[in-house]
Amino acid sequence: MSTPFEYAPAPESRSVVDLRPTYGLFVGGEFVDGHADPLKSVNPATEEVLAEVATADADDVDAAVRAARRAYQRTWSRMSGSERGKYLFRIARLIQERSRELAVLETLDNGKPIKEARDVDVPTAAAHFFYYAGWADKLEYAVAGGGTPQPLGVAGQVIPWNFPFLMLAWKVAPALAAGNTVVLKPAETTPLSALLFAEICQQADLPPGVVNIVTGAGATGQAVVSHADVDKVAFTGSTDVGRSIARAVAGSDKRLTLELGGKAANIVYDDAPLDEAVEGIVNGIFFNQGHVCCAGSRLLVQESVAEEVLERLRRRMGTLRLGDPLDKNTDVGAINSSAQLARIRELVEAGEAEGAERWSPPCDLPERGYWFAPTLFTGVSQAHRIAREEIFGPVLSVLTFRTPAEAVEKANNTPYGLSAGIWSDKGSRALWTAERLRAGVVWTNTFNKFDPASPFGGYKESGYGREGGRHGLEAYLKGADQ
Amino acid sequence: MSPTSRAEVRKTYKLYVGGAFPRSESGRSYVVNDAKGRFWANASHASRKDVRDAVVAARKAFDGWAGRTAYNRGQVVYRIAEVLEGRREQFESEIRAAEGVTAARARAAVDAAVDRLVWYAGWADKLSQVVGGANPVAGPFLNHSAPDPSGVIGVVAPDGPLLGLVSVVAPVITTGNTCVVVASEPHPLTAVTLGEVMATADVPGGVVNLLTGPRAELAPWLASHMDVNGLDLTGVADPELARNLEIEAAQNLKRVRRPADEDLLATPGLGRMTTFLETKTVWHPVGR
Amino acid sequence: MTSLSSTASSLADVTTSDAALRRFLHGLPGVDQVGVEQRVASLATRSIKTTAKAYALDLAIRMVDLTTLEGADTPGKVRSLGAKALRPDPTDPTCPSVAAVCVYPDMVPYAVEAVTTPGGRLHVASVATAFPSGRSSRSIKLEDTRDAVAAGADEIDMVIDRGAFLTGRYLDVFEEIVAVREACARPDGSRAHLKVIFETGELQTYDNVRRVSWLAMLAGADFIKTSTGKVQPAATLPVTLVMLEAVRDFRASTGRMVGVKPAGGIRTSKDAIRYLVVVNEVAGPDWLDPDWFRFGASSLLNDLLLQRTKMSTGRYSGPDYVTLD
Repeated sequence: MSTPFEYAPAPESRSVVDLRPTYGLFVGGEFVDGHADPLKSVNPATEEVLAEVATADADDVDAAVRAARRAYQRTWSRMSGSERGKYLFRIARLIQERSRELAVLETLDNGKPIKEARDVDVPTAAAHFFYYAGWADKLEYAVAGGGTPQPLGVAGQVIPWNFPFLMLAWKVAPALAAGNTVVLKPAETTPLSALLFAEICQQADLPPGVVNIVTGAGATGQAVVSHADVDKVAFTGSTDVGRSIARAVAGSDKRLTLELGGKAANIVYDDAPLDEAVEGIVNGIFFNQGHVCCAGSRLLVQESVAEEVLERLRRRMGTLRLGDPLDKNTDVGAINSSAQLARIRELVEAGEAEGAERWSPPCDLPERGYWFAPTLFTGVSQAHRIAREEIFGPVLSVLTFRTPAEAVEKANNTPYGLSAGIWSDKGSRALWTAERLRAGVVWTNTFNKFDPASPFGGYKESGYGREGGRHGLEAYLKGADQ
Repeated sequence: MSPTSRAEVRKTYKLYVGGAFPRSESGRSYVVNDAKGRFWANASHASRKDVRDAVVAARKAFDGWAGRTAYNRGQVVYRIAEVLEGRREQFESEIRAAEGVTAARARAAVDAAVDRLVWYAGWADKLSQVVGGANPVAGPFLNHSAPDPSGVIGVVAPDGPLLGLVSVVAPVITTGNTCVVVASEPHPLTAVTLGEVMATADVPGGVVNLLTGPRAELAPWLASHMDVNGLDLTGVADPELARNLEIEAAQNLKRVRRPADEDLLATPGLGRMTTFLETKTVWHPVGR
Repeated sequence: MTSLSSTASSLADVTTSDAALRRFLHGLPGVDQVGVEQRVASLATRSIKTTAKAYALDLAIRMVDLTTLEGADTPGKVRSLGAKALRPDPTDPTCPSVAAVCVYPDMVPYAVEAVTTPGGRLHVASVATAFPSGRSSRSIKLEDTRDAVAAGADEIDMVIDRGAFLTGRYLDVFEEIVAVREACARPDGSRAHLKVIFETGELQTYDNVRRVSWLAMLAGADFIKTSTGKVQPAATLPVTLVMLEAVRDFRASTGRMVGVKPAGGIRTSKDAIRYLVVVNEVAGPDWLDPDWFRFGASSLLNDLLLQRTKMSTGRYSGPDYVTLD
């Protein structure tokens, strides 16, 4: 009938990124050597080593905290909010100006599709800086209780590898707007965009020491969060590490916010706009290869439409394009690391062993790099590991329900509570469901939406505190009544 | 002047309406002198028909401007600040010529105008988080209130050639209103130059319309116009005129901001924005 | 709507009464406007390069219904349109012909003459049924159709009665389409293909677009078409996406394939390629064929030719190097 419409490769050029062979730490406004063993950052799509990155030992972290303290006392906390805001606006503009470079670097280091880095991660990061820039001179409006709230001091921030640059923006922008200085540790597999951000701070003439970046693995992170002169700890990552940080800061004056794991339910009622629901399911679990703490990893579909939804979902999954993350037409990129790939494989094998039915569309995986095909499990029960544990990969578990009450009960039957999705054309039912879901973000007829004006964060073991919006500032401020 | 010296190319100061720079339809102008009493330029002397055209332009622009995301409006207002900062020498020299102030005072006025724009830019996507919110009604309903722009606002600007104008225009447009502004009568030229900044700062045509001419002649047409939703009388010094304008404005219940003493150099409150905002409350049932 | 398979079994019953038809159309799943538009925005970022672009440009040319629907149309204008349709780029014999020319009924004979060559001929489509408003009596609309078929039209582009649709008289709309389809019959027993124009710019909502698509397909439409080109907005990507979902689901239910024709407002190659991407990823590659997807357009063709030249020469061309028609 017709010849296939094969999309020719459309790779984004790497040449926009000027990778250096080695990177140092960023302390006091300068790149400095680290004294722990350097790490190699790898492109997960090719296993190519991108750069060697210095890592920080406890003394390096101490130097960074001291630089942050100095900058806090001497300049940043004394500067007017209006002036601080202008630096943040500069940073926002610089991010926009260097957006292509940031997107390509993020894709190289993380493995995510360039279209996501380009259309989501980088513009949303810039938007966060814009948004919080505007708060810097309005803090008296940000916190209940009246008066002008005060910054906390030095914030120690540890971020994950799934949205390296966006998570940096979520952490740094509100902290700086509120008048704090920061020591930030990016994830060991994705440090490069944070180091490019250090250059952006230099271009913005940000006072030295306001932003310090210490690269490294768990030990570096531990040194940051347990440093005695850190006033505030913000962590995004796994629930297990979050728990240990909560223990580590116990008994201190440190303030803590945690944004941890999730096992979100995505509830599809029989009156849902089905084609858009299918898009939302796909976006909910395959966006960023499912490396999303708020991923809609449990599909709860009403029995009367389950067959039709799955039929449409399978067909839609067949059109997903997996491959070179730099190709502008790639929908599903590489798994971030071999360790994460092993974790996904283990849970998927457990799903099969426990009797759930596994399905993936025909999908050629590249030979080199870390890859996992979009995967669907049907016949999943609440007791299965794949229905309870966070897989953090492109794996969707499908469960069914008969009544709204049952949907809510199943959705809430988890120690997590980060996010949830609801699909229904009946507004009151969607709101009824939302009211009962024990989750910090509930999307109705959409999924995985992020905006700097919108608070994000979890219930239960998904953490505490909110990032984004007016609420996101509270984590970095002492109110007049506190 | 020696025969070999260069004669400067002078600018014609016109109105700013609908994104374009037309002369007054009346063909009239009035002389504007500098602070030393020397002839500076002829400013357009706008007519009631120019007011009418400007209101049409503002209304036409309203849906699009109010319909933009707050984030985008904030970016546009921030862009005005960027472009203004880039042309600060021109504004400083115009302020010095108009008011006869020192270089330092002129610089301070431009600084304050730029910072004021930045301050308002930040409000675009925050104000509803401060003045809106969820209302815990006693029943199975989701109920929330959010601000919504009033529409076309008539603005009588105060005399401060730049800071005065920015202080009254920025709050009105940041929240999604469009406006027709009667510029400072003695210092109209800087308003026209600010129009040039607007025109190159991604402000859609018609969002800000700047008219120059006698306040006492133009303001009543704005006050009585039935397609104008609000009236800012900040620049009306004569209490009798202000009262009469407020009476005219009552015909279609315009939201009116009365003239009041205020220190334009100080950080403002929210009043300039909230005066020209409606509060919309939405109810929605919650049930299976 | 329940599942696709149960839809198939019930389809015979749904047109037996106005009430049954209404129940069926209103039982179709809703369309979420924001979701559809975001899906389209996401597909619009597809980057079609090199070989894929060359393929897409030639395919798009082959899908064009080269259209002139003006009060000022003359035989001369239609002849020149026909010549352009046959050989869009006279300097390049590898350039394909378009799918059809689309004219008013009284211009059909000139169009047929213009697109006939010794080796065969292109299709001639005629608008009919009191195009573009459709505001005429049923008998006039049917006569309009028969007239165009008798004059040699291969395809009839009819307009639905939007007033009837918007007031919920679905069965009237259905019966009119059935009647026009019968009027497409030729004495030899064959039948001109029927394209049903919805004027989606007047129907406004995507829910309406989905309902009218099913209504027209149930009535026997061979093609469903967005717009007359006389009302703004004409064709849009999200409207076309909803129609493509409808033809995809209709085939899944009935086994019958229906074509889709966006018309009006598609002016650039970039636009056309975006449509082809949506066809490919929503309805599937079976629809990537002039038999199943058409562009109703006039100025689009020249832009496709400019891009085609750019692909072969590596230089950007200019409007002086394509022919006016």
